[in-house]
Amino acid sequence: MNKNACVRKLLTKRFGEINPGSIDDYISRGGYDSLRKALAMSGGDIINEIKNSGLKGRGGAAFPTGLKMQAVKEAGGSPKYIICNADEGEPGNFKDRYLMENDPHQLIEGIIICAYATGIKHGYIFIRGEYARAAAMVEKALEQARIRGFLGDNILDAGFDFDIDVYTGAGSYVCGEEFALLVTIEGKSGRATYKPPFPTTCGLYNKPTQINNVETFCNIPHIIEMGGAEFSKIGTDSSKGTKLVCLSGNVVRPGLYEVVFGTSIKDIIYGLGGGIPNNREIKMIQLGGASGPVIPSDMSDLPLDYASMRENDLNFGSGAIIVMDERINVLDILKRIIGFFHHESCGKCTPCREGLAQTLILLDRFIEGVAVEKDLALLGILIETMSEASICGLGQAAPTAIKKVLQYFPEEFQSRIHATDSAAV
Amino acid sequence: MNMVNAKINNRAVSVPEGTSILHAAKDTGITIPNLCYHPDQEIKANCRVCVVEVDGCKTLQAACATSVREGMVIRTNTQKVRQARKVVVELLLANHDMNCTACKKNNHCGLQEIAANLGVRESRFENILVHREIDTSSPSIERNQNKCIKCGRCIQMCAKVQGLAILDYIGRSGDVEVKPAFGWYLGDVACVACGQCSVVCPVAAITEKEDIERVWEAINDPDKTVVVQTAPAVRVSIGEEFGLDPGAIVTGKLVASLRALGFDKVFDTDFTADLTIIEEGHELLERINHGGVLPMLTSCSPGWINFIEQYYPELLAHLSSCKSPQQMFGALAKGYYAEKIGKKPEDIFSVSIMPCTAKKFEAVRDEMSIDGKNPDVDVVLTTRELGKMLRQAGVDFNQLDEEDYDAPFGLSTGAAVIFGATGGVMEAALRTVYEVVTGKTLESLDFKAVRGLEGIKEAAVDLNGTIVKVAVAHSLSNARKVMELIKSGKAEYAFIEIMCCPGGCIGGGGQPFGGTDELRLKRMDAIYRADGALPIRKSHENPAIKKLYDEFLIKPLGEKSHHLLHTKYKNRKK
Repeated sequence: MNKNACVRKLLTKRFGEINPGSIDDYISRGGYDSLRKALAMSGGDIINEIKNSGLKGRGGAAFPTGLKMQAVKEAGGSPKYIICNADEGEPGNFKDRYLMENDPHQLIEGIIICAYATGIKHGYIFIRGEYARAAAMVEKALEQARIRGFLGDNILDAGFDFDIDVYTGAGSYVCGEEFALLVTIEGKSGRATYKPPFPTTCGLYNKPTQINNVETFCNIPHIIEMGGAEFSKIGTDSSKGTKLVCLSGNVVRPGLYEVVFGTSIKDIIYGLGGGIPNNREIKMIQLGGASGPVIPSDMSDLPLDYASMRENDLNFGSGAIIVMDERINVLDILKRIIGFFHHESCGKCTPCREGLAQTLILLDRFIEGVAVEKDLALLGILIETMSEASICGLGQAAPTAIKKVLQYFPEEFQSRIHATDSAAV
Repeated sequence: MNMVNAKINNRAVSVPEGTSILHAAKDTGITIPNLCYHPDQEIKANCRVCVVEVDGCKTLQAACATSVREGMVIRTNTQKVRQARKVVVELLLANHDMNCTACKKNNHCGLQEIAANLGVRESRFENILVHREIDTSSPSIERNQNKCIKCGRCIQMCAKVQGLAILDYIGRSGDVEVKPAFGWYLGDVACVACGQCSVVCPVAAITEKEDIERVWEAINDPDKTVVVQTAPAVRVSIGEEFGLDPGAIVTGKLVASLRALGFDKVFDTDFTADLTIIEEGHELLERINHGGVLPMLTSCSPGWINFIEQYYPELLAHLSSCKSPQQMFGALAKGYYAEKIGKKPEDIFSVSIMPCTAKKFEAVRDEMSIDGKNPDVDVVLTTRELGKMLRQAGVDFNQLDEEDYDAPFGLSTGAAVIFGATGGVMEAALRTVYEVVTGKTLESLDFKAVRGLEGIKEAAVDLNGTIVKVAVAHSLSNARKVMELIKSGKAEYAFIEIMCCPGGCIGGGGQPFGGTDELRLKRMDAIYRADGALPIRKSHENPAIKKLYDEFLIKPLGEKSHHLLHTKYKNRKK
């Protein structure tokens, strides 16, 4: 495979070529030109360009960004807020860190353009506590942008006032969930809540709020630069633009890759990642991160594309691909995943708080070889209840990997059912 | 009002926009089980028992938190819904002290009821409860975390209604606990013991400290004369413990039931409520006429006393020096009454039936002992505990014939009955103060401006040309507003009534479970009906009170009153 076929550097084009601490470097490579262009446009026109681009949220939910912005713009209430979710806590993901550390002004420019389009005066970048370096880079870039007049009052003499504060989390995974994130900024402990209403109408301090992922905002300057129509030519029918992929696990060259939507998982693993060390076989691939589905290697022809994924009841979340070769123990992996979510659950709703603890107990029965037939049935209804009845995405998605192992690797559980009992049943 | 049309279980419904699925279903005769939902609280949607299927939604939706939208197709009883609810309840039970028969709220438990209705007899999950210490540090409230389902009703009650936020979630995931900050004991934090948390707790995680056994012991002790007093609000709520409608007035049955339990004398706190009006009314006039500290604040509600002592001690000079009616009664029982029947104070065992948990705290205060050794009120039982005692004794409450209170503390007026509702003490005081000052007879006894559930109410009366402004506040979030007003110097009132609990004592922390405004309004209505039905409705016209002054107290604010009926409150800031 020609590995260049699937690569298109858009968001990462300046990586390694500029000093991320230098705003001049960014400007010399066309930085903030999109902001100048946007400030000459109406907010409605900008939103139309973003709608035409087909950009969907890169945080995992893939909600059309233009529609979200329109909803915020049309929502009653003031002030309105714009928030960049940089609480990249999903295990297996590190793209947002790279974006902030290697080209922080690209992110800032994207946020400013969105704020201008939706008429918002105050923004936050919520950065996970562990990302101290990224937070420092972003803080420095914000200060540079203020000095150059890209932030603050009357930005570039366009009569638009806007500024951004950095808010760092304290290490809780659930704060990446948008409502938990919002209440954290309000000074409360990070716990999820029900929706609707959605943040677009009732977000920070119950005001209309646009929340987007780092990567989503980073696409904005490119859409303004090339126009929505041109942007929409990149990718597939359902999935426009490029996607940053965090490739990790048992691959020769793990790392961050920017690929055009439609690239197959196999091409990413073998073409970009150099395949599996020592030519071992793949046991399973996890998409999106710890909360994502696992697939067997024979499904790796699937393209990175929203529609194809949906057809197969899959999703690639925020873009992690974790490769696990034949040596792994599937149930141990599941236990580690569930253990992670059990640690990170906010504890607010019953299915997540109590369900994860019970899932661990049931998994242990299989791991220890003492499970009986009815444990398998109980595990099935437990994880179904968790994904159906939990209050937020954490509890809903936590059992995804188990669900997919039961679907694609049922023998992993079946073979561990205690023999005497299965004979009795 | 915009109406929206939807289908619930294939039946068409039309409800106002914004109506929750929970309420819409109720209208069609479907009760959707729920635990964290409470009609007067913000939606929490954390228990997940009320989930339903909505066409077009990927996941099940919480009926409490989801508004009916036009064209919505809702199913409340599919296999998927039934399975999810069962699993949720089983998950709760698997982290719960499941010893229901030993539970203080056996047969009064929301979780137990839902489990029974869903056909959950045992949890298929391993019980993972880590037994935690039961917090018995408060004289009023007991916290048993082994029963807690983390629904957060108590948290909201304390934070939003009382404005205290004593309880909150601590920790996360399986470690989540509902506790005072830093995991401190309830007795060590600035809790006011109002018990409102216990009224809304759907399980037995927060209950009153139970003192029933001590009363049984006293009743069965031949050397003790066991007297009991009943608070105004109990007569309109105890019926709920026996299936009667909220607001049923059951004064006569209440008296009969207490005799059936074996109490030697059944007296009425209403008597000392009338006495309070005489003492407090004269104190108010004294302050008005002699430049005392105004506005004067009432002192009947021990939760409120706990609040001002701990949160606004700088305003203690505003507080009336009157003891609460309960403690006036206790002092008279051990002083006047013991003497009258030729007994020593320690031979009298004095019990009170209160709608209140803070009264348990009040009764054990050092100041509330006339001999400095024995408490004037030995045991305080809540309305709920009396319900339990009656059930223990097999007393068929509803079948009892009505009986009258015993003399000499049995005769009381309508003014005393209304102590049970917010504004009642004020109205009772105005009835008396007006007539004492002006020498005229009131044309209408009903001061409607101080009635009802509005948080802060105001009124003005003309006392011989002097306009006296008064105010009434109930629940501590409103009390706090009034305190701030006083501190800012903008409170132009002479007299302010404050009740700790929402609705006043009829909404007290020791009342039958539920704690909704709907319930409070019904009990409140009953209070005013009971007042209206009494022949005497002004405290100063109570002949038994007149007799007590003639025989014993001599005069209001006199030496005996000072010793028995008044007290000092103190700075207890934590």
